[in-house]
Amino acid sequence: MHPLLKAVFSASFAASILRVTTPILFASLGAVVADLSGVVNIALEGMMLISALMGVIASAFTGSAWVGFLAGVASGILVGLVLGYFHLKLRTNVILAGIALNLLAAQGTVFVLYAVAHDKGVSSSLPSKVMPEVQLPIIKDIPVLGAIIGKQNILTYLSLIAVVVVYLFLYKTSFGLRLRAVGENPDAADSVGISVHKVRFIALAISGALAGMGGVHLSMGYVSWFSRNMTSGRGYIALAAKALGRNHPIGAFLASLLFGVTDALSNYMQSLRVPGEFVQMIPYVVTLVVLAVYSGRQLKWGRFSNE
Amino acid sequence: MSRNTWFELLRTGVAIAAALTIGFVVTSLVSESPVEAFGYFLKGPFTSIRRFGSFLEAAVPLTFTGLAVSLVFSAGQFNMGAEGQFFIGAVAATAAGVFLDLPPVIHTIVCLAAGMIAGAIGGFIPGVLKARWNASELVASLMLNYVFLKLGMYLITYHLRDPSAGALVSLPLKESSWLPQFTRTTKLHAGIFVMFLVVFLCYYFLYRTSRGYEARMTGQNLSFARYSGIPVLKVILLIQVLGGAVAGLGGAVEMLGIYRRFQWQASPGYGFDGVIIAILARNNPLLVPLAAVFLAYLRVGADVMAMYADVSAEMVSIIQAVIILLVTAEAFLAGYRHRLTLKEVKQRASAS
Repeated sequence: MHPLLKAVFSASFAASILRVTTPILFASLGAVVADLSGVVNIALEGMMLISALMGVIASAFTGSAWVGFLAGVASGILVGLVLGYFHLKLRTNVILAGIALNLLAAQGTVFVLYAVAHDKGVSSSLPSKVMPEVQLPIIKDIPVLGAIIGKQNILTYLSLIAVVVVYLFLYKTSFGLRLRAVGENPDAADSVGISVHKVRFIALAISGALAGMGGVHLSMGYVSWFSRNMTSGRGYIALAAKALGRNHPIGAFLASLLFGVTDALSNYMQSLRVPGEFVQMIPYVVTLVVLAVYSGRQLKWGRFSNE
Repeated sequence: MSRNTWFELLRTGVAIAAALTIGFVVTSLVSESPVEAFGYFLKGPFTSIRRFGSFLEAAVPLTFTGLAVSLVFSAGQFNMGAEGQFFIGAVAATAAGVFLDLPPVIHTIVCLAAGMIAGAIGGFIPGVLKARWNASELVASLMLNYVFLKLGMYLITYHLRDPSAGALVSLPLKESSWLPQFTRTTKLHAGIFVMFLVVFLCYYFLYRTSRGYEARMTGQNLSFARYSGIPVLKVILLIQVLGGAVAGLGGAVEMLGIYRRFQWQASPGYGFDGVIIAILARNNPLLVPLAAVFLAYLRVGADVMAMYADVSAEMVSIIQAVIILLVTAEAFLAGYRHRLTLKEVKQRASAS
């Protein structure tokens, strides 16, 4: 068998798919929650980046990975609330507000990194912690399956749990129902006494928390440092995953896995003799192609959406 | 001056003042001598002829990306592709400048055309995805930015690289492709004429042609535009291609005017600054150069500050973000506008 195929069908490759899927999955769940409440959250990219940095800084100064995790999640929530304040209270166009926050995050994190670690590239001078790896007691001994999901970072497990929790939250709780009602028809929801602003604020906070977990995974699980622009578009890919997954948590999970596969593949191919630049293009090209193929139906006078 | 223009000017002014204040607060959080550091930031572009020159030079690429974003924003499209289009335009111009052998002026024109075509393709892809398949141009153009960055670096590394140079740079551009620089102290170059021409053409297109009118209608009210018989899908595609062409041309002008080899390792960020410029200029091409000068001032000021003080240049992103947020916030100072309107109505009522 060709070495590439052999590698692709190995259990360690499957395990690496789960690892690289984690941050995209968190963010795409965040995208689903915000979107169902009727807000396009393109600030996911910036949220992840800020959380990745805050997690590293907090864990370095307290010596605790969990404090870092909480700091990352808290900063994600904070960015979500800032976005909510500008979009809902000051009526800023939500896409432009998202772009502003992403711009702020991209350079602001470098600014903070320089102020804290005196380095504009990576945070390796900070003694930051990583989130622990976990071994699942019985599952790890099952052949193949054990090698794939038996031992992963705790955040990877958390992301899989989050799929179920977000699903239950959106479709089995009364608040989830209200959230979807607000997204479906804000005027109708308002007329039955649901505060549209309040629901959307909460949705953005949840969205920020999820993106924050994804960010923390990048800098404290996937690798053990923060580097500038380390999200490299994952927040945007998460938006594509949300669209591809038809705004449903399970769908977003499957779509994130697809992007995880291309990501893992490009990581693997880099070790072969394919020009790195080409390989790094793969996830983005796949996203573009999927976006086109999946959106599928040709328009005549069809509906438009600006998201 | 109409009440609305006055109000918009005021709002922009207050937003910029608020942003600079926040910038100063952040500076004082990290700096030993914040007043001095912020002084470098504000006065930086005027401290030497060379810096004043680089301030004006920086306004040229920013005008191009500002125009590109203004065009697509006018039609209500959130195409964020100017970043990648600018980059790939510069790469295409480099390729044409390195490989072709043509007489001086013609060579320059061919290189500019190459950049323009590359950028136009970059606008066509999200445009056609949107117009034919209703795929989000926002996500598509953001993805395309990464594709173009990687593709550009691939072309430079594997096909245009100068093996004798130590760093990763392209072979030198042939002298016949250069846009001439005016003086030795600054790099101000003939591309500025191309810039003014494009400013005028964009204005003419948007405000003096029926296609431009259709584009603006589409941006203001898509359903209305459709019901009045405007072929909105065609208009959207056209405007994205035009926006891409302008951004790509900007990349080519920057390459031929300022550089002698391609030497970027990362995208220079003019595309996202173009978004701020379009917002400040209210998508009006004639105002874009003014907004670009302002953004260039912030950029060069930040560089000077980073050179002489203990604050890094990225501080400026905070100022930029606050400007976008406040200028586009409809409710920002809305109470003031309301009182202004009320006063005018009362005056009219008492006059009649």
